[in-house]
Amino acid sequence: MTLLAVHDLAVARGGLRTVEGVSFTLAAGQALILRGPNGIGKTTLLRTVAGLQPPIAGRIDMPEDTVAYAAHADGLKGALTVAENLRFWSRVFGGGDLAPALAAMDLVALADRPAAALSAGQKRRLGLARLLVARRPLWVLDEPTVSLDAASVARFADMVRAHLAAGGAALIATHIDLGLEARVLDLTPFKAKAVRAARPAGFNEAFA
Amino acid sequence: MIALLRRDLSLAVRAGGGFGLGVAFFLILCALVPFGVGPETSALQPIAAGILWLGALLACLLSLDRIFALDHEDGSLDLLATSPLPLEGAVAVKAVAHWITTGLPLIVAAPLFGILLHLPGAAIPSLLVSLLLGTPALSMLGAFGAAVTVGLRRGGLLLSLLVLPLYIPTLIFGTEMIRRGQDGGDTATPLLFLAGITAGVLALVPFAAAAALRVNLR
Repeated sequence: MTLLAVHDLAVARGGLRTVEGVSFTLAAGQALILRGPNGIGKTTLLRTVAGLQPPIAGRIDMPEDTVAYAAHADGLKGALTVAENLRFWSRVFGGGDLAPALAAMDLVALADRPAAALSAGQKRRLGLARLLVARRPLWVLDEPTVSLDAASVARFADMVRAHLAAGGAALIATHIDLGLEARVLDLTPFKAKAVRAARPAGFNEAFA
Repeated sequence: MIALLRRDLSLAVRAGGGFGLGVAFFLILCALVPFGVGPETSALQPIAAGILWLGALLACLLSLDRIFALDHEDGSLDLLATSPLPLEGAVAVKAVAHWITTGLPLIVAAPLFGILLHLPGAAIPSLLVSLLLGTPALSMLGAFGAAVTVGLRRGGLLLSLLVLPLYIPTLIFGTEMIRRGQDGGDTATPLLFLAGITAGVLALVPFAAAAALRVNLR
């Protein structure tokens, strides 16, 4: 079953095209790793797939409510505890139990700690545990391993593997090797040509 | 949606959330006015209605920029936008949370502050009703302003400039209602206008605010 089909996609950041002509499909049980130098447009591509910004050209086909998105910011509230943060996102996404998610990211002992008192790596682990309670089939992850130690990276790779085995899919932008059996898509050949996009008269980006 | 409301309320109550800040500001303002214009009843009574409503307006403005700015900073807004919750609903819930943490305490405290300003007892019911009907519109219009300025650093001042003109109709009919209550006149007309403005704002502004948020999230 195809979860995500991207056809000839072009995306732009700040009005400038970053990558264009990108096509790929992701079926249940598959993972795709995005690679490419800084600034090529990995984050922009992921935000477009997550539906946070519209594509400049091309098409993205997927069922509704498919994506769980995780980016550089984890969406945590420092005044709430680890469990409260997770419970909130679980309720918003109409999702799953906290206990397996806390266990998967080794957060059980920290459950009653305010999120403000967590280290950067612990915050990131909590941000990743959110993926489990969101119960969405397609994980769109932007540099998920930033500030994780080696053990946590292995833990995270296990989590992704279990997700794939359960019929999920993952689209991951990362620079490190996660040890997943995944296809790799290098975005370098898709870099947009440095031509200014033709804009109709009276074009206003804010209302495009 | 209830989860979002509960989270916003518990964030407001916990340390650093700013709960009660609006009321404290309101109190200071009402306590300063007699120093400025003199403590005589003849000086305070005619302006009491205006001062009370202006105080409510400014107190409401204080906490507006927190509605979306904090969620934008920590990435929650991106996640909310990708959640099953419609963004319009999230905007409405956040405005409701703002009203509960700012508007409601103001309403409760207003009669007391009215006494500080020599507002006659006969005007207290119309003061309460006008605030009860008017302040939800203040929170919702404020949420729109906060959505427009969400990506901007130090957008607070711009937010005030954008939002305060939108508050004018509510201010006019709110003060008019208290003034008529004070003089024993007919309060039905300003009451209906106030309710109408609030109903219109509550119905339409969530869509405008959600559209502004979508543009700002790109």
